[in-house]
Amino acid sequence: MNKKLIDLKNISKSFDGQMVLDDLNLYIRENEFLTLLGPSGCGKTTTLRILGGFETPDTGHVIFDGTDITKLPPNKRQLNTVFQKYALFTHMTIAENIAFGLKIKNKSKAYIDDKIKYALKLVNLDGFENRMPDSLSGGQQQRIAIARAIVNEPKVLLLDEPLGALDLKLRQDMQYELIRLKNELGITFIYVTHDQEEALTMSDTIVVMNQGYIQQIGSPEKIYNEPENAFVADFIGESNIISSTMIEDKLVEILGVKFPCVDTGFGCNQPVDVVIRPEDVLLSSPASGKMKGVVTHLIFKGVHYEMEVTANGFEWLVHSTGMFPVGTEVGIDVDPFNIQIMNKPASEDEEAVGVNE
Amino acid sequence: MNKKKLLGTPYFIWSAIFIVVPLCMVFYYGLTDKSGAFTLENIISITTAEHSKALWLALVLSLISTLICLLLAYPLAMILCNMNVNQHSFILLIFILPMWMNFLLRTLAWQTLLEKTGVINSMLGFLHLPTLNIINTPYAIVLGMVYNFLPFMVLPIYNSLAKIDGNVINAAKDLGANGLQVFTKITLPLTIPGIISGITMVFIPALTTFVISKLLGGSKVLLIGNVVEEEFTQASNWHLGSGLSIVLMLFIIVNMVISAIFDKDGEGSVL
Repeated sequence: MNKKLIDLKNISKSFDGQMVLDDLNLYIRENEFLTLLGPSGCGKTTTLRILGGFETPDTGHVIFDGTDITKLPPNKRQLNTVFQKYALFTHMTIAENIAFGLKIKNKSKAYIDDKIKYALKLVNLDGFENRMPDSLSGGQQQRIAIARAIVNEPKVLLLDEPLGALDLKLRQDMQYELIRLKNELGITFIYVTHDQEEALTMSDTIVVMNQGYIQQIGSPEKIYNEPENAFVADFIGESNIISSTMIEDKLVEILGVKFPCVDTGFGCNQPVDVVIRPEDVLLSSPASGKMKGVVTHLIFKGVHYEMEVTANGFEWLVHSTGMFPVGTEVGIDVDPFNIQIMNKPASEDEEAVGVNE
Repeated sequence: MNKKKLLGTPYFIWSAIFIVVPLCMVFYYGLTDKSGAFTLENIISITTAEHSKALWLALVLSLISTLICLLLAYPLAMILCNMNVNQHSFILLIFILPMWMNFLLRTLAWQTLLEKTGVINSMLGFLHLPTLNIINTPYAIVLGMVYNFLPFMVLPIYNSLAKIDGNVINAAKDLGANGLQVFTKITLPLTIPGIISGITMVFIPALTTFVISKLLGGSKVLLIGNVVEEEFTQASNWHLGSGLSIVLMLFIIVNMVISAIFDKDGEGSVL
């Protein structure tokens, strides 16, 4: 594991009495691709702006490489930001845009020219030096914004929904581009998005946020396969979240049927939430399943069929490559390791409690 | 003729009667003498000592007024931009409010205020301070120009400042620029269209005014606008008045061309 580069300690921030971040604790390692993921208003952009120095937290400290930078203005920080909607300087050429930070640092002309060439090559836009930002497409402008930030050799690059304004195809291409860039540069990326697919594709670590609290921190696989609460399960991909009872270790009763599972330590006869991903629901003939149900909806999605199956009073969402027509009686089964058990939140507040690894 | 063109007819007639025809008349009178023969004399007469002095004074005073307006308006527009919505609409209202009053009344009010025995001097006298004797001097004219035309400078600059995305400023800071560098390298260049519009909207009316100079300059300070006015109203020499107007028009056209080059997005078209 690389060493910690940034440490956010007890960060709170409110705007006009509205709490946006409540006692947030988070650290970021060197050379990590960390994504802050959450719905709008969850505090992810505020967190990024606090890192960039555009907001000051009401309480708490930002530690960067061992130094407290909470009060340091943005122009003195060793990190650079790629803004939503690019924020290029429209009155300058592409070369002047990229050179902006270097000129302020009084670098030599030869050094700057070298850097412009290198940066444009890195983002695959050689020869764009004398174009104006307005004459570039959205994707090209975004890449210039990245080039403008990385020529300053920051230790950390902050990206605020940089792909939000691009169309789907371009967004996917840019995701691979960003992963490549991160590997070539060997620096830390902190990425803000509300797009769970983007987060899963690019990140080493995902931080799921909601209402100013961290819900879960983990690798994409962990976040997807083992969500810690119903919010994470619901936000990351589609899922069946069912109120159930933990009978004992490794045995859970779902909708009146006992299923073996792999989780332990939830106690006996405790109410829990169970998450089952739609692709983990196995459909078969009515005789062989643990539960009987009837297919009520069927949609072809390309790679798979999406079906809704009513069984024991619950609408199961099922993704399967096999097709069962509407009205068919089916059996439902789930493998033990695909059943994810979560504690039930005791109250609304507890649902949002910060969870740290 | 399609429907859209038909709807435009009243405006074509309007502009023909009130813009094109008067303009043609100015050119006709300006380029002829009393007998109706073609001559350039009316235009060349700008070179006489009396006329060139009036033109020169008008140019100097309106340039000074424009500069003062710019220096006052830019910080004001920046303050307005940084305010929250409720505050700034109130302040903007205070600035626009005088514009709803008659221009002549506002200028007359200044005349009353500045008179030797006027309100300001009575107050100064009461406080045993030296009196202010600027009425009927170029200073009073500059004061009148600045007072009357300041809003026309504030609004276009405010508009172009408000158009700058906050993240562009943040990006500049993020790349290491301090407050002064952000201003000189980002804010100022991005507001040049607004500045040029503001300059045009203050400079042209200031250059051609005759009311301000008449009311606040007495008959002692003559601007080119006063000369033209006198040719029409007192000397009844429409030919000379028109000739001088054509000269004045040249300055306006030059200014508008410069403004058009810088203001491609039409930011000046706020009023």
